[in-house]
Amino acid sequence: MAATAYPRRSGQLVLLAIALGFFVLFLLAPLIAVFVEALSQGIAAYGAALVEPDALAAIKLTLLVAAISVPLNVVFGLAASWAIAKFDFPGKSLLVTLIDLPFSVSPVVAGLIYVLLFGAQGWLGPWLAAHNVQIIFAVPGIVLATTFITFPFVARELIPLMAEQGRDDEEAAISLGANGWQTFRKVTLPNVRWALLYGVLLCNARAMGEFGAVSVVSGHIRGKTNTMPLHVEILYNEYNFAAAFAVASLLALLALATLALKSLLEWRYGVHGKASS
Amino acid sequence: MDISEILVGVSDGRRRRSSFVAPSVIPGFGLTFGVTIAWLSLIVLAPLSALFLRTAGMSWHDFVAVGLSTRALKAYQLSFGASLVAGVINIIFGLIIAWVLVRYRFPGRRLVGALVDLPFAVPTAVAGIALTALYAQNGWIGELLAPLGIKVAFTPLGVVVALIFIGLPFVVRSVEPVLADLGSDVEEAAATLGATPFQTFRRVILPAIGPALLTGFALAFARGVGEYGSVIFIAGNMPYRSEIAPLLIVTQLEQFDYDGATAIASIMLVAAFVLLLLVNLLQRWTRKRGTA
Repeated sequence: MAATAYPRRSGQLVLLAIALGFFVLFLLAPLIAVFVEALSQGIAAYGAALVEPDALAAIKLTLLVAAISVPLNVVFGLAASWAIAKFDFPGKSLLVTLIDLPFSVSPVVAGLIYVLLFGAQGWLGPWLAAHNVQIIFAVPGIVLATTFITFPFVARELIPLMAEQGRDDEEAAISLGANGWQTFRKVTLPNVRWALLYGVLLCNARAMGEFGAVSVVSGHIRGKTNTMPLHVEILYNEYNFAAAFAVASLLALLALATLALKSLLEWRYGVHGKASS
Repeated sequence: MDISEILVGVSDGRRRRSSFVAPSVIPGFGLTFGVTIAWLSLIVLAPLSALFLRTAGMSWHDFVAVGLSTRALKAYQLSFGASLVAGVINIIFGLIIAWVLVRYRFPGRRLVGALVDLPFAVPTAVAGIALTALYAQNGWIGELLAPLGIKVAFTPLGVVVALIFIGLPFVVRSVEPVLADLGSDVEEAAATLGATPFQTFRRVILPAIGPALLTGFALAFARGVGEYGSVIFIAGNMPYRSEIAPLLIVTQLEQFDYDGATAIASIMLVAAFVLLLLVNLLQRWTRKRGTA
């Protein structure tokens, strides 16, 4: 860490003013606007917008989708980082690149690929219809699209850390007679637990907030396939702004809680060290 | 070579494994590698190849008719152009913010540092409606700009504003660690040797942080090109004018024109892959220069 000092010269103060001005204009103002707009019709309207049945259904669906896709990606992230960090095999860097792939795919395209597979006009569509299975415009499609979007989050936190920690601890445990599962549970997992939590936090924030991919596969059926971000869109398009911002403020609070926990992990446990995002 | 070797390793299973993976006393390679490849194929690779197979099944005429129509070309132009402009703005202001966070001490520094990641954590739809509320004619910022004749919301400028929001943390987070590593002693040395602040910046700091700046720019650009949620509220979505490429995909889908959506998506996906490749090359280059 470079030495920091209070800015003294005028040039330094100008730089600080520009940085803070830009920060307030582009980051802080939108955040504040969410809460101001949410409370613009009073606290009673705010509460009513949140306990309305469609809003409650959206909240429940969002929690359900995150509760399925986050654990799936945790299992995947642990498996991938174990294979990649603890072993040497050809094609490793290609595999890492492929794991990162969903980050560079537009959310809309992520939704589209599942429509092409499972939609009515998709490849498996007729077969699924014949067997009465609905994936697109239903909860399974939302879970799939969310899982795709959040796919790399846990793995990319764990792979660099586990690679850095090396294999000595695990090799020592094995040579002392521990089996693979014991080694993982008692040696590896404690070594990476804060990074794992960090990955889960980011994964969860994205899973609950994903809009584009989910919007394509959801069908926007009120009370049935509407997640919280989609509910925000519907309310907004109906010019029900206060209610839209009320639901949005819940998501903004989730984002703030995520950032608070994330910062705590960075400061207290040195996770990530802000080395790479 | 990579992929064929991976496939050989999977299909031959245990017998050939010893030659595929380097020997180790640590168990669990077969299980974890198998889970990784299976899950990756199921969730990412198979659905993505469905897109390309569908594109391959289209006639060239159909592909061009939608994928390269005037409306689509205008949409690519907006998506890539706005991402470029937002990326350049973020390079400048992202660098200043990173600089201030690393070098200066001021009240609220940690709070600002933590909130820089806001765009990573705030759902895109929430960002979209908040920015629209701010920049609309009667919004806090739109109200100030209206007398100057500047309209942001529901114009291409609105797209740029949304993409600045989305891309800013990529630049700040890429540059921050490099600036911290650089330390202020090299600047002091340059100043002692008689360099002006501008010379110090151009000759000493910029070469050191250049690769990180480029990486941050590329990440923000790639994200901006595919961005949907934060843009559609503020853009106004007028065809030929403020309609982004991802929205055009959604429009085609809503008209049940799967082939049209596929054509546009595959063009965007190829562009994204090229960008990803560039980012990886840049990062490798950055790392090499960092260790040299």
